[in-house]
Amino acid sequence: MALEGKARAKFLVDAERCIECNACVTACKNENEVPWGINRRRVVTIGDGKPGERSISVACMHCSDAPCMAVCPVDVFYQTEDGIVLHSKDLCIGCGYCFYACPFGAPQFPQAGNFGSRGKMDKCTFCAGGPEEDNSTAEFTKYGRNRIAEGKLPICAEMCSTKALLAGDGSEVADIYRQRVVSRGFGSGAWGWGTAYGKKVP
Amino acid sequence: MLRKKTNGVAKGSRAGSLLSSLAAKTLDRRQFLTTSGVAVGGLAALSLSSGRVEAAAPTTGGGEVVVKKSVCTHCSVGCTVEAEVQNGTWIGQEPGWDSPFNLGAHCAKGASVREHAHGERRLKSPMKMVNGQWQKISWDTAINEIGDKMLEIREQSGPDSVYWLGSAKFNNEQAYLFRKFAAYWGTNNVDHQARICHSTTVAGVANTWGYGAMTNSYNDIHNSKAIFIIGGNPAEAHPVSLLHVLKAKEENNAPLIVCDPRFTRTAAHADEFVRFRPGSDVALVWGILWHIFENGWEDKEFIRTRVWGMDEIREEVKRWNPEEVERVTGAPGAQLERVARTLVNNRPGTVIWCMGGTQHTNGNNNTRAYCILQLALGNMGVAGGGTNIFRGHDNVQGATDLGVLADTLPGYYGLSAGAWAHWSRVWEEDLDYLKGRFAVWDKNGKSKAMMNEKGIPVSRWIDGVLEAKENLEQPDNTRAMVLWGHAPNSQTRMTEMKEAMEKLDLLVVVDPFPTVSAVLHDRKEGAYLLPTTTQFETYGSVTASNRSLQWREKVVEPLFDSKVDHEIMKLFADKFGFTDRMFRNIAIDGDEPSIEDITREFNRGMWTIGYTGQSPERLKKHMKYQHHFDKTTLRAVGGPCDGDFYGLPWPSWGTPEMNHPGTANLYDMSLPVSEGGLTFRARFGVERDGESLLADGVYSKNSEIKDGYPEFTMQMLMDLGWDGDLTAEERASIEAVAGPETNWKTDLSGGIQRVAIKHECAPFGNAKARTVVWNFPDPIPLHREPLYTNRRDLVKDYPTYEDKTFWRVPTLYESIQKNDFSKEFPIILTSGRLVEYEGGGDETRSNPWLAELQQEMFIEVNPRDANNLNIRDGNDVWVSGPEGARIKVKAMVTERVGEGVAFMPFHFGGHYQGKDLRDKYPKGADPIVLGESTNTVQTYGYDSVTQMQETKATLCSIMPA
Repeated sequence: MALEGKARAKFLVDAERCIECNACVTACKNENEVPWGINRRRVVTIGDGKPGERSISVACMHCSDAPCMAVCPVDVFYQTEDGIVLHSKDLCIGCGYCFYACPFGAPQFPQAGNFGSRGKMDKCTFCAGGPEEDNSTAEFTKYGRNRIAEGKLPICAEMCSTKALLAGDGSEVADIYRQRVVSRGFGSGAWGWGTAYGKKVP
Repeated sequence: MLRKKTNGVAKGSRAGSLLSSLAAKTLDRRQFLTTSGVAVGGLAALSLSSGRVEAAAPTTGGGEVVVKKSVCTHCSVGCTVEAEVQNGTWIGQEPGWDSPFNLGAHCAKGASVREHAHGERRLKSPMKMVNGQWQKISWDTAINEIGDKMLEIREQSGPDSVYWLGSAKFNNEQAYLFRKFAAYWGTNNVDHQARICHSTTVAGVANTWGYGAMTNSYNDIHNSKAIFIIGGNPAEAHPVSLLHVLKAKEENNAPLIVCDPRFTRTAAHADEFVRFRPGSDVALVWGILWHIFENGWEDKEFIRTRVWGMDEIREEVKRWNPEEVERVTGAPGAQLERVARTLVNNRPGTVIWCMGGTQHTNGNNNTRAYCILQLALGNMGVAGGGTNIFRGHDNVQGATDLGVLADTLPGYYGLSAGAWAHWSRVWEEDLDYLKGRFAVWDKNGKSKAMMNEKGIPVSRWIDGVLEAKENLEQPDNTRAMVLWGHAPNSQTRMTEMKEAMEKLDLLVVVDPFPTVSAVLHDRKEGAYLLPTTTQFETYGSVTASNRSLQWREKVVEPLFDSKVDHEIMKLFADKFGFTDRMFRNIAIDGDEPSIEDITREFNRGMWTIGYTGQSPERLKKHMKYQHHFDKTTLRAVGGPCDGDFYGLPWPSWGTPEMNHPGTANLYDMSLPVSEGGLTFRARFGVERDGESLLADGVYSKNSEIKDGYPEFTMQMLMDLGWDGDLTAEERASIEAVAGPETNWKTDLSGGIQRVAIKHECAPFGNAKARTVVWNFPDPIPLHREPLYTNRRDLVKDYPTYEDKTFWRVPTLYESIQKNDFSKEFPIILTSGRLVEYEGGGDETRSNPWLAELQQEMFIEVNPRDANNLNIRDGNDVWVSGPEGARIKVKAMVTERVGEGVAFMPFHFGGHYQGKDLRDKYPKGADPIVLGESTNTVQTYGYDSVTQMQETKATLCSIMPA
């Protein structure tokens, strides 16, 4: 298993390495057959075209104390033992509260009908599917592929062109990042960790 | 609509707070705590040691899941693609962890290749234009009708009136077969994208030290102490190469210097960004070299022993003092001194360049200037150094090597009588038969064998059609055009291209997609579209930028009614009646020629560059044991490939049985030749102006000749007394070719190479690199102003060339430059790539996962220019070129480009001068995203040696639409 024991699944985006190549975005689309218009992951560029330009890859960060879970009126969210935040599309009423609560803009809503009514919320699953049976067709259709159940890590990070996006057990992610920082200095930092995990450093 | 790059950020109310939080967020080094806990999981691959803990099989659906290894079909990094296939369907794509090139990584394009097996927007069956409409026809009808028309043109105008434009998307076997096919048809009017990509590199670099390819590898950049990138944006064009570049930057603390007119995504990661005016590369490099020479920082011993002509360079560089450099390039002298110092203090460093350097009227000068910089620094032939030229397409290196070019047969043998004699021996063909296939042209009482004349390059095919017949150096105009895997919108002067397409008797497109060639023209008849496959529907070898060959497996069967390229070539050979001759030593299964037999055939002929050791068996073994190869040296440690370099980077000398490991870093004398060492090639004779051109007292490790030496011939072996090492078979083979005159390139037995290497000598000799290329228009690289320059004040000091006719077509230089266009067209226009798309973009714009990310064509305009022109960000603008065309695109106002410079990506097509051509595509085969082509307004201009097109420095005007 890729995640086992006391693993705490985390993402880390190394802004010193991200080159905005969009491999993560495309890999996610490919792996989970995400439809046009829904972006579970996107790359954001800060200071576009100016000295100091940096890019970061953003998706659900699977927060420790996830605000989406706190605000959901119908309690669709649950967090796995590994810390992955998942949800049930069967229960979702498309109210959009989670979208307003999320500091990363992760929840996505397909257009369900006229007058802007929202469909079921969709977001990054850390490639861990949903409540349905692991790797069942129902799970794939609603949530995409369950790589975690296959013993693999999220495809976005696995295919990242420069290994800027790391995914896996938090302590191992931190180890890798720490090694980089030791050899190169701190750079732009591990963007988003403070917000997501309540501490500023890995 | 989502529009990246302009807005940059996601839509929605959260974006604002997300960004503001970013600005405030800084992390404190003191809080940098370590966390405890047991490391579990598959993160090993994230560092540069590959391998995942466990690879579980996917479990969706029924049927066994097989993993097929292929290689990405976009850029030249050569990323391994692992395809999961179930019941013939490509169901998943896993990272290729074992590949030393990409260690599982991909960019957006690589991560999207599974879409090829959906092929929603592919061309699905052969089509014919009937009364202005595309109509479905059968393959039989298509081949017969096209073939009959071609034979009629051949009868009336000769074989040179049919143009065979091939592709960097061929695998090696198809590339070789295509060049052979053109030879059997009887024309040198055959070429491919290398002409408009790195032809100036190949010519410039090969004429400096012997071979015209990337000298080291992406992986070897791990050893670099400095990285100098000029005219390249690998973060978008070769994203996975940044994996290697950033490793050197982080672990070696190697400074990354990026020189570009544009603050690219690569520049965003640079330690030093040098902005300079498009088209002033030579001046910039001489400006850096000026500081090196002025301070005596050059590597004097290296220059003394391994370089010829540096004193003449020194003289030219003297005039490029900081003031003059700043006047011409705009780059401040103090900055260039810092760059020079950085390069000197951080050796070995690597120099990387791409289209920003090559696509100029003096592109061959640029590439030679970059080489000279490395020679002065002593950075050649050493790990971490070299000129790491990133090629563009997945197999543009291979297609170049295998001679899909108007000026050579496979292996850079050229078109001389000797070259034809060599290849007809390899093909076991009667040379007189081949001669009979070509035209002999009587002009002014002189007869010319067209067999030995360079053809029209792809950049000029439109002139082959449009130019008056009497101005052409061939019997008649181009009347039939075959665009076999080519995006026409990657070429300049599209208004004239439209006219040329309409004037042709016959237009044939062979491609998985209809391409812009299907819609640009207003033909009513005489046009055909033939659906070929992608490389995921076939198999064979492909050469990455670093000269390594990788073997692709077939992932899925050909989709729809498409056929593999080599089968289509065979069908045309049937039609023209030379199948039995052309496939004499190649088995044919049904209609499909055997790929392995084709590999073995070119193995028997490609002695010049050592494409002889890479048998299909060895290449398949390398793919199987990818994980045995070191990720930096590329050398296998133990196992069945022990000692080999990954993919047997050419030259892999001698026969496959000789087991040469390939050459990872060219010209590295610290290794014996038998283990991948080399000297500079003795390609330009042994002396010049009374001075020896051979290396002075230096030689590769263990060489038995302890000095420079010329290239090996049978006579030389006899003189050295080494001919006794030849076997009886080798001796007989050598005798049959040309006796003592037989050399290392023409000996079909490989005996001369084997014996030379037995004595640890390089078969091609041991010479000095030359900085002065006496057979080029500018022997010493000179700055020359672009044809369409904004700096009229510099034209007098740095004029372009005189007009001349070469490569069969009249070519204009000074007669364009003498006109002042800069008043009416004051803004410099340059072009380049986006990460999501490749080439003309027909393939990538048809892929929904990529198309969603870039939905509109745009032009980058500096805020000062935008405000002066009353242009707002996101507005439509008209961009007009000095040759009369105009296009309508969105303005992106950004400091990414400097004042007075505008940039457009070149991947868009399907709009033409404001008109949407979507309804002209065959039904269901229109790309998802269409847009104007920058090349509609891009202008005339061709390199003085290779006919490379100028796309990087022209002029335009911009106004609100």
